[in-house]
Amino acid sequence: MLTRRVLNPGLRDGRIEEGMESEQQRSAASVRAVEIGVAVVIFLFGALVVLDSYRLGAKWGGDGPQAGYFPFYVGLLICASGATILVRALRNPAFAAQSFVTRDELKKILTVLVPTVVYVSVIAYLGFYVASTIYIAYFMWHLGKYPWIKIAPVSIGVSVAFFLIFEIWFSVPLPKGPLEAALGLN
Amino acid sequence: MEEINALMQGFAVALSPLNLLLMFVGVVLGIIIGVLPGLGGANGVAILLPLTFSMAQQPGGTTSAIILLSCIYWGALFGGAITSILFNIPGEPWSVATTFDGHPLAQKGRAGSALTAAFTSSFIGALIAVIMITFLSPVVAGFALQFGPPEFFAVYLLTFCAFVGMSGGNAAKTVASMMIGFALAAVGLDSVTGTLRLTFGFTSLLKGFDFLIAVIGLFGIGEILETLEEGLAFKGASAKINMKVVLETWKELPRYWATSLRSAAVGCFMGIVPGGATPASFMSYGLARRLSKDGNDFGSGVVEGVVAPETAAHAAGTSALLPMITLGVPGSPTAAVLLGGLLIWGLQPGPLLFVEKPDFVWGLIASMYLGNIAGLIVVLTCVPLFAAILRIPFSIIAPVIIVICAIGAYTVHNSMFDVYLMVVFGVIGYAFKKLGYPLAPMVLALVLGDRAEENFRNAIKGSQGDMLVFFSNGLVGGLTTLALLLLFWPLIRAGWRLVLGRGWRP
Repeated sequence: MLTRRVLNPGLRDGRIEEGMESEQQRSAASVRAVEIGVAVVIFLFGALVVLDSYRLGAKWGGDGPQAGYFPFYVGLLICASGATILVRALRNPAFAAQSFVTRDELKKILTVLVPTVVYVSVIAYLGFYVASTIYIAYFMWHLGKYPWIKIAPVSIGVSVAFFLIFEIWFSVPLPKGPLEAALGLN
Repeated sequence: MEEINALMQGFAVALSPLNLLLMFVGVVLGIIIGVLPGLGGANGVAILLPLTFSMAQQPGGTTSAIILLSCIYWGALFGGAITSILFNIPGEPWSVATTFDGHPLAQKGRAGSALTAAFTSSFIGALIAVIMITFLSPVVAGFALQFGPPEFFAVYLLTFCAFVGMSGGNAAKTVASMMIGFALAAVGLDSVTGTLRLTFGFTSLLKGFDFLIAVIGLFGIGEILETLEEGLAFKGASAKINMKVVLETWKELPRYWATSLRSAAVGCFMGIVPGGATPASFMSYGLARRLSKDGNDFGSGVVEGVVAPETAAHAAGTSALLPMITLGVPGSPTAAVLLGGLLIWGLQPGPLLFVEKPDFVWGLIASMYLGNIAGLIVVLTCVPLFAAILRIPFSIIAPVIIVICAIGAYTVHNSMFDVYLMVVFGVIGYAFKKLGYPLAPMVLALVLGDRAEENFRNAIKGSQGDMLVFFSNGLVGGLTTLALLLLFWPLIRAGWRLVLGRGWRP
């Protein structure tokens, strides 16, 4: 939090001036909404922990605490703190006016997050190196607007470099896919 | 002076050709990691940890491995200063205070001075802290040899209560973060009873959550996502360091000897407390501003304004390793990762380490001296090179960093599930950071959770269920009382104010 404040003093401190909002600076989510949402999720997580600990037994067994003893109280504390945060969030009037993330920022984040989720999902099918090549190439094409003649050597080169470093030098195998099987590199 | 003897033996271990090579490699890697966002100290060490597995199997290998990792740590500390000064992007939370005067200095064209001052101050701060570690750690370790399960649990309790007590109004979020870490640590097979906890039938959760994955996700992916909000480019001042600038700055530095010593003292003291490096840097900046005759110029680009936070931050970052090696309690997320590494290699951090593996411990301490010297040399000579890394266009470097994180996450357990988890942790890290939930307690709880619970169980078993075992003797009673005091400190302070008639203001 300190980092944010230092780098952007006064950027998002509760007072959005009328008439100065551009479409992109409009909030995608208020602090209030996100605080409440996260607090609720935390509370539910704590409840899960408590339930499972109860199932395991949270009392003093014959010769020591049962398996669920420690997690039970941990879960209770999670619920208690979640509830406290929730109440605070509900009672704080300033949160509603503060923006958690503006549309502009959200767009920037999704620009990286969505391809990353896709990348991680396909590694199992395409193998690490092919997936990484496509991932890097995508970024260079979409964000950097580079021509293919520059994208290809960089993205392929980086993957080949990783292959040499991890497979050969460190002997750490990474998941491989159909291309490597075809090339006999399994 | 048997510490000096032990230290000399440590130097003998550390000065092997392999270890010296690893030192330089580690420092260079560390600086690169420190310079790149999303890879910072804790994350970088976490990613490289699995690669040391094979190294650690060989005789003497654990020493080499910890030397490599700790030099990466020093390198990252230095690297954080580079981005703070040149790009106004703090590489680590404790580098924030360095941006106050460091970046203005760079903007005035005096980047070389600022960088030299920062690196030299860091070196001095770390050196003082290492000297303190050299003499203090055998004392603490000897003391801790008398610790039993209740005492160890009390130490962990103290650590965690300190986090909550000093969280400054954010107590609920700190507790939530910490307890979530404990809950995540409990997931999986319980070694004592053999039952599966919190897995809800998912076989992939059998092994539980590895702290390395959490660190890479929370601190790596999470930080990248946060940096993205700034915009998709890094723009910064240019840096030229040549010998003339270095010597000129060195001539100026002795003027600030008082600031240096004071900051180092603040850093050493606060580093032992977990989470100490960041407040140490801010506190020493504030103190320097108030006590210096140039105080009013702070913020516009004054060399002293760089000396104070950097000395303190590095002293703190280094002294955070003292409780780690002597008690097995890490003082920072990076120390937590190093601790995790020790556990993975089969070592038991704590007082017994001094007795059973003196070569390792003193080799490590000796390498702290050498690593810092290596770091200073590398960093003074190669700054433009490292700064140039950040000029690589974002569209290339961002995906490469994420690919490295993914590789890091995968290689921990050769599991794709961990890579998915990393992304989830990344989103959590982003959201938590923005909402003000501290991440350090979660990581510490994740690393220490099992051991804390184990000590708790053994303590309670030994006392047949009597909770008062934690007050059974002076030592453990003192620790527990201190822990509870720290935990309720904000309430105590508010109550005190009320009593003094100054009104209720928690």
